Amino acid sequence: MPSEKFTYIESTAVPLNIENVDTDQIIPARFLKATTREGFGENLFRDWRYDRNNQPKADFVLNDNKYKGTILVAGKNFGSGSSREHAAWAVHDYGFKVVVSSFFADIFKNNALNNGVLPVQVSAEFLDLIFGEIEKNNKTIVIVDLEKQEIILKESGKKENFEINSYKKECLLNGYDDIDYLLNLKDKIAAFEESK
Amino acid sequence: MAGKTLFDKIWDAHVVDEIKDGPSVLYIDKHLIHEVTSPQAFAGIEKRGLKVFRPQNTVATPDHNIPTVDQHLEIKDQLSRFQVNKLTENCNRHGITLYGLSHPFQGIVHVIGPELGITQPGMTMVCGDSHTSTHGAFGSVAFGIGTSEVEMVLATQCILQPKPKKMRVNVEGELSKGVSAKDVILYIISKMSASGGTGYFIEYAGSAIRSLSMEGRMTVCNMSIESGARGGLIAPDETTFEYIKGREFAPKGSDYDEAVKKWKKLKTDDDAVFDAELNFDAADIEPMITYGTNPGMGVKISSHIPEESKIEKSELLSYQKSLKYMGFAAGEKMVGKAVDYVFVGSCTNGRIEDLRVVADFVKGKKKADNITAWIVPGSKQVEKQANEEGITQILEEAGFKLRQPGCSACLAMNDDKIPEGKLAVATSNRNFEGRQGPGSRTMLASPLTAAAIAVTGTIIDPKTLL
Repeated sequence: MPSEKFTYIESTAVPLNIENVDTDQIIPARFLKATTREGFGENLFRDWRYDRNNQPKADFVLNDNKYKGTILVAGKNFGSGSSREHAAWAVHDYGFKVVVSSFFADIFKNNALNNGVLPVQVSAEFLDLIFGEIEKNNKTIVIVDLEKQEIILKESGKKENFEINSYKKECLLNGYDDIDYLLNLKDKIAAFEESK
Repeated sequence: MAGKTLFDKIWDAHVVDEIKDGPSVLYIDKHLIHEVTSPQAFAGIEKRGLKVFRPQNTVATPDHNIPTVDQHLEIKDQLSRFQVNKLTENCNRHGITLYGLSHPFQGIVHVIGPELGITQPGMTMVCGDSHTSTHGAFGSVAFGIGTSEVEMVLATQCILQPKPKKMRVNVEGELSKGVSAKDVILYIISKMSASGGTGYFIEYAGSAIRSLSMEGRMTVCNMSIESGARGGLIAPDETTFEYIKGREFAPKGSDYDEAVKKWKKLKTDDDAVFDAELNFDAADIEPMITYGTNPGMGVKISSHIPEESKIEKSELLSYQKSLKYMGFAAGEKMVGKAVDYVFVGSCTNGRIEDLRVVADFVKGKKKADNITAWIVPGSKQVEKQANEEGITQILEEAGFKLRQPGCSACLAMNDDKIPEGKLAVATSNRNFEGRQGPGSRTMLASPLTAAAIAVTGTIIDPKTLL
C-alpha cells in the first residue's frame, strides 16, 4: 500500500505504560474477519477499552480525555505475538502516526513501517523520561523528526536519536512502497529463478 | 574466513539483490496462505492490475476462522463464510492450489505443509502467520509475515527483509520420562523471556533436540516466535529424510536420492560464529506449565509461581498485571488448582503423535466431571489417522470428543471460545489475555500434561502418574 509521506510530527502523546503489549490486545482475533484494511481503529485495544457491555472503561487511557495526539508511547516489547497486520492497521486507523517504545517485536515493526506508522525505538531511560513528563503535564509536546532521526520533548528540550535503515527512511519520506521497488526487479527475479 | 551457519547458507542462496543499508530481496520457494491474512493482499495486487507472479509456488487452505463441527454444512457465521469464500474466489481467479473445507488435505496450514511433503530442507518459506517458524524443523528458513509482505510475494515471489542476527540454542543430554518437546520449548522460552529472541533467528541443536521426532521438532520450532525470534530451525538428518520419504509432494525415486544428497550438506560449519549462544541441560527440564499472560512466564509444574523478589524490576509491572488477570498469587504452588477446560490441538500440538499421547494416557480412564475437553486434530489427514488407529474411540470412551480440524480455540476466531473467567489448560502456543475468548485464562502445557489434568480435574505433574 503506498503510504502518505512522513516527515515531521509535533503532537501531544498518549501514554500506555504497559509492557509486552501483544497483538491480541491491540486487535483481538475475533475482529480479524474483515477483508479490507479499513475500520480496525474502532476495535484498537478493544478488551482494554470496552467492557463486556461495550461501555468504555473509564480507567483506560484511550478513554481519558486528558490524553490526545497522534503519538502512542508504550512500554517495552510492543507488538509481540501474531503476524496480523491488522494490528498496524488498527493503530493507523485510530489516528496514530508514531509508536514510541524501548523495544518492538520484529513483525509488528515491519508491518507498521509498511503502513506509514513510524516505530521509534528509544532507550529505556528516555522512555521513562517521556512517561514522567507526560505524567507531570499531559500537554507535553513530543516532536518526531524523521529526517534528523530525532525525538524531542519540546518543553524540556530533551532529545534522543533513533535508528531506521536508510532504505525505509527514504520510503517513508517519499511515500514509496516496497512492492513498487520489487516490481522493478522482475527481470532480475526471473534470472535468479533460471540460475537456481 | 569463519564458516557459515545453516541459516546463512539458506538465506544467502536466496538473495536476489541487496539494498545498501537496507533489507535483502529474498526469493521465496513456498508461500502458504489462509483466509484471514490474504484477502487484502489479493485486493492490493488486483488494484495494481497484477496477476500472481508464480501461482504454482503458493498453496492455500482455510483454517483460522472455520467451525470445528458440521464442516459439511455452509458456515453459519456470515463474516467467516465471506472470508472463506473470498479465499476460494481469489485462488480460482489466480490459479492457486486450494485445499478447501471438503478436501482430504485441508487442515492447519503448518500441519499440512509438512504432512504433504510440501515443506523440504533448504527452502525459504513464508506465510501470513507467525507460527510459520514450524517448518524450520526441516532445516528450512521459514517465518511469519504481514499482509503487505504477502502481497509482495504474490506480486514478485520475493520480499524485502532485513537479515536477522543468529542465535544457537543447545540442549544436551537425555530428556526424562514424561518430558516432551513442548516442555523443552516452554523451558527455553521461560529462560529467554518473551522478548529474548527478538531480532534473532534461532538454530536448535544438541543431543536432546536430535532425539526428538519430526513432530517434536515442529513443536519446538513452532514456538520460536514466542521468544520474539523470527524463526527457528534444526539441521536435517536421517529422521528428517525418513519423515519426508513417500509423502504426497516429496521427490520420488532417484529424485529423492538426489535431494537427500543435497539435504545432507545442510548444516552449520564447525567454525561458524553465532551472535549469541545458549546452553541448556536436558536433565534440568521437567513438565512445564505457564502461570502468566505471556509464554515466557512458565514454571516446572511441580514448583511455584515465582515470588515478586525473583522478578526483574523491568518485568515487575507486567508480572503483577498477569497475576491479577489470572487470579493467582505470587509464590503459590501450581499443583492442585482446579481447571475448567482442556484444549488439545493447534499448529503446536495438533498432530497425530500428540493425539496418540493423549489416547495412551486416557485409555481405560474417564475425564473428570469438572472438565470440558476439546480435542481438535490439526488436519483431515490427522483426523483420518486418528479414526484408523482407534484413537477416536478411546477418546470417546473416556468422555472426550474429537472435533473437526482447524485452529479452533487456539485463537478463538470461531465459536470455540473459553468462557469468561474459566481456566483452561491448552496445548497451543499463546496464553495472552483473552486469547481463547474474552476474559478466558490460559495455561500452556504439553499434550501429556493436558491429558493428565483432564483426568484428574486439577493441575498435576504427569510424572507422578507414569
